[in-house]
Amino acid sequence: MGVTVSMTVNGARVSADLDPRTLLVQFLREHLRLTGTHVGCDTGQCGACTVHVGGRAVKSCLILAAQAEGAEVMTIEGVSRDGELHPMQAAFRDHHGLQCGFCTPGMVMNAIELAQKHPNPSEETVRAGLDGNYCRCTGYHNIVKAVQAGAAAMKR
Amino acid sequence: MNAPLIGTSVKRKEDYRFLTGGGQYTDDVMLPGQTCACFLRSPHAHARIRSVDTEKARSAPGVVAIFTGDDLAKAKVGGLPCGWLITGVNGQPMKEPPHPPLAQGKVRYVGDHVAVVIAETLNQAKDAAELIEVDYEALPAVVKVADARKPGAPAVHDIAPDNTCYVWALGDKAAVDKAFASAQHVTALEFINNRLIPNAIEPRAAVASYSRSDDSYTLYVTSQNPHVARLLMTAFVLGLPEHKVRVIAPDVGGGFGSKIYLYAEEVVITWASKQINRPVKWTAERSESFMSDAHGRDHLTKAELALDRNGKFLAMRVTTTANMGAYLSTFASCIPTILYATLLAGQYTTPAIYCEVTAVFTNTAPVDAYRGAGRPEATYVVERLVDTAARELGMDRSEIRRRNFIKEFPYQTPVALLYDTGNYDATLTEALKLADVAGFEARRQEAEKRGKLRGLGYSTYIEACGIAPSNVAGSLGARAGLFEAGEIRVHPTGTVTVFTGSHSHGQGHETTFAQVVADRLGIPLENVDIVHGDTGRILFGMGTYGSRSIAVGGTAIMKALDKIVAKGKKIAAHLLEAAEADIEYDRGTFRVAGTDRKKTIAEVAFAAYVPHNYPLDKLEPGLNESAFYDPTNFTFPAGSHLCEVEIDPETGHTRIVNFTAVDDFGKVINPMIVEGQVHGGLAQGIGQALLEACVYDPESGQLLTGTYMDYALPRADDLPSFKVGTQETPCTHNPLGVKGCGEAGAIGAPAAVINAIVDALAPLGVRDVEMPATPERVWRAIRAAKAKK
Repeated sequence: MGVTVSMTVNGARVSADLDPRTLLVQFLREHLRLTGTHVGCDTGQCGACTVHVGGRAVKSCLILAAQAEGAEVMTIEGVSRDGELHPMQAAFRDHHGLQCGFCTPGMVMNAIELAQKHPNPSEETVRAGLDGNYCRCTGYHNIVKAVQAGAAAMKR
Repeated sequence: MNAPLIGTSVKRKEDYRFLTGGGQYTDDVMLPGQTCACFLRSPHAHARIRSVDTEKARSAPGVVAIFTGDDLAKAKVGGLPCGWLITGVNGQPMKEPPHPPLAQGKVRYVGDHVAVVIAETLNQAKDAAELIEVDYEALPAVVKVADARKPGAPAVHDIAPDNTCYVWALGDKAAVDKAFASAQHVTALEFINNRLIPNAIEPRAAVASYSRSDDSYTLYVTSQNPHVARLLMTAFVLGLPEHKVRVIAPDVGGGFGSKIYLYAEEVVITWASKQINRPVKWTAERSESFMSDAHGRDHLTKAELALDRNGKFLAMRVTTTANMGAYLSTFASCIPTILYATLLAGQYTTPAIYCEVTAVFTNTAPVDAYRGAGRPEATYVVERLVDTAARELGMDRSEIRRRNFIKEFPYQTPVALLYDTGNYDATLTEALKLADVAGFEARRQEAEKRGKLRGLGYSTYIEACGIAPSNVAGSLGARAGLFEAGEIRVHPTGTVTVFTGSHSHGQGHETTFAQVVADRLGIPLENVDIVHGDTGRILFGMGTYGSRSIAVGGTAIMKALDKIVAKGKKIAAHLLEAAEADIEYDRGTFRVAGTDRKKTIAEVAFAAYVPHNYPLDKLEPGLNESAFYDPTNFTFPAGSHLCEVEIDPETGHTRIVNFTAVDDFGKVINPMIVEGQVHGGLAQGIGQALLEACVYDPESGQLLTGTYMDYALPRADDLPSFKVGTQETPCTHNPLGVKGCGEAGAIGAPAAVINAIVDALAPLGVRDVEMPATPERVWRAIRAAKAKK
């Protein structure tokens, strides 16, 4: 009844025999125990589960693990290197772009992709670009500042 | 000596783990042998349960156990209690219907819990739940507040045939009626304070395990107050000894009130973990959050303000009907009473106020505190009346406020509260400047040229935080104390662990509290860790709600610090061979006054744990102190919120072009964190005013806004950036001079937004727009006003 799924997650090759209806987020959280990727709505609207698949920001509750067969997947756990925060992570800390931290991993993953597409994003571009990620704590004010600062820092 | 930490925007200690995926939320907990629970919920708003047939489901793959209300009744599991007894105007206690964790006999709202299925995997539990056959006899439902007391309305509970939980009142009715009879002007409005769904982004979750070795339970749960959850669950529901239950609220992804309460799910899985002798996990799907988290607001209000011809407020009369939902949630009864009517004086000297509140049951989810809890509703009443009265009297809206501001403190309001301090003129003056109100008319005219309607709205609010003192709250019906506990453990090398009964679910206590401790002890911030959210490690706690953490929890920590310093002085006196009275303490150093003879706190701590040279005949070793603090009064944050909107009359769409909030939170420990709290509160207040509404079908009681496609939670492009400022009038009755900041935005913003919209539309003849002011509502208001002309 299972399907065998193989992919690269945060640089490591992983393989598992899964119930075919296993979502990518379930595979990451429950099988690989990468619990930094969160589930806020299970219907694709909150964005807390955003990860990178093949370099693109994807809501991991909206695809099956089997659909990521062979893909390069990066989760929030794979963003920082050697304990040093990625410039976007550092910008979120420096601008108080997070409070409870639950939406944060998805927000950061989406923000990194946004900054790659728009190296100098305007406030309007950031707000439109974060439209798929809910935050209930910050009112987005500091997230917008963090994404702009993070985008600038990523160019350095 | 270190630089002062209090008052600086220290970056948060907790951020590294949250930014790298290292947070530990309840759903991240996975215990060996863990099973998964799925709750079967009622599809009906009101129905009699004729039978529940679980036979087919029990034989489904992976099913471990299924429990129904009958099983819980047989095991003598009690109902979920309400923590506040309101006594009505008739002298009778409120009606408290039983609230079984799994329905017995009847279901009373869509989402009510019918059975729990526990299986090896979540998919198996869900699949099996679909095989349970429940024979329902659907009953007519009562859904809207306005319908609850109509003759012939279906009764939600037999013990309250008129669906009335209580009728309660506050204030001097005779004095108010007299003032109205002779007033030169009366402004009257009717409001609906729209029902909201809190929507913390982390859904509620719980993981329970039972240990046969010592007959104990451990519950991980998304709670704002794990000690309260344990007390209620052990003493009132499960009848377990409290010391056999450990409740851990690890990282919690937002609460906003919705995670204060004891919920059915955590009680049921805790009980079930022993029955099956395996850990059980339950995590809400978002649709379950919409259906079964306690909702907020939902008031129907008639309000009147009596004035003289100079705009001086003479009296206020308010009649409110508040929805309790189908059952009384943990603090439901005190929200529209103790935390609402007491706030109706606002920032003003209104000499007479009378408020009558009728709480009703309906076939909807329970309603309880949601960010602000009663205070946003009160502020909305007061500030909508004040803006409307100014317009009717042709007065400037800041002038009418200034004319009525309380200027002398302490001030006893006619609705029970004693304000200790404030400076309302200062926040208003600063807000007018920051919002460039002087330039508003020019901006309005410019917008008019583009065919847009600009409006400016005011809201000068008062808040009461850190609900207190316990003896007064007790006399008003509180069934709990309202203190907080804190413990300071100075380790032998001088580093410090702080145990607090407050709980952080985004507020940044690990940083703010550490700033307080590091500042007071004069030690580096990185040498202080804050521990919260675990009944196994913290002596006691009332948790975090009502913006109470720094004012109450912070003061408990300060008191424990005082004890540390007092004991440290004794130890230092011995080490320095001086009299204790001669020892001074300043930022990490004990010193013999007027000399350079000194010992650092690390040296004193070391002596306390390695007492080779120590006054053992007079003093115990160790440097560990705890304190409980019961506040002597509420704290009273206040502020001025100004909202500027631009409305497209063709579409009815409202854009907030400027939102300014100037708040007085007393002493601010970390300005960056405080500003963040304001931003978040404003977003929820603006959400209430423009976007959010919980809607049930008025006939069937089906939840129509049960997904993010239907319930408009604010997204990044729905909101502006904010202009935020603070003024500082220190609280007079706690040592830090702090007041609390968590709810301010949600309290002040709704009235500011609607006042701005009404200001923009007033030239057309519009007097009120109901929340949320959706484009459709604004457009209809414009059409209706034009049709009248």
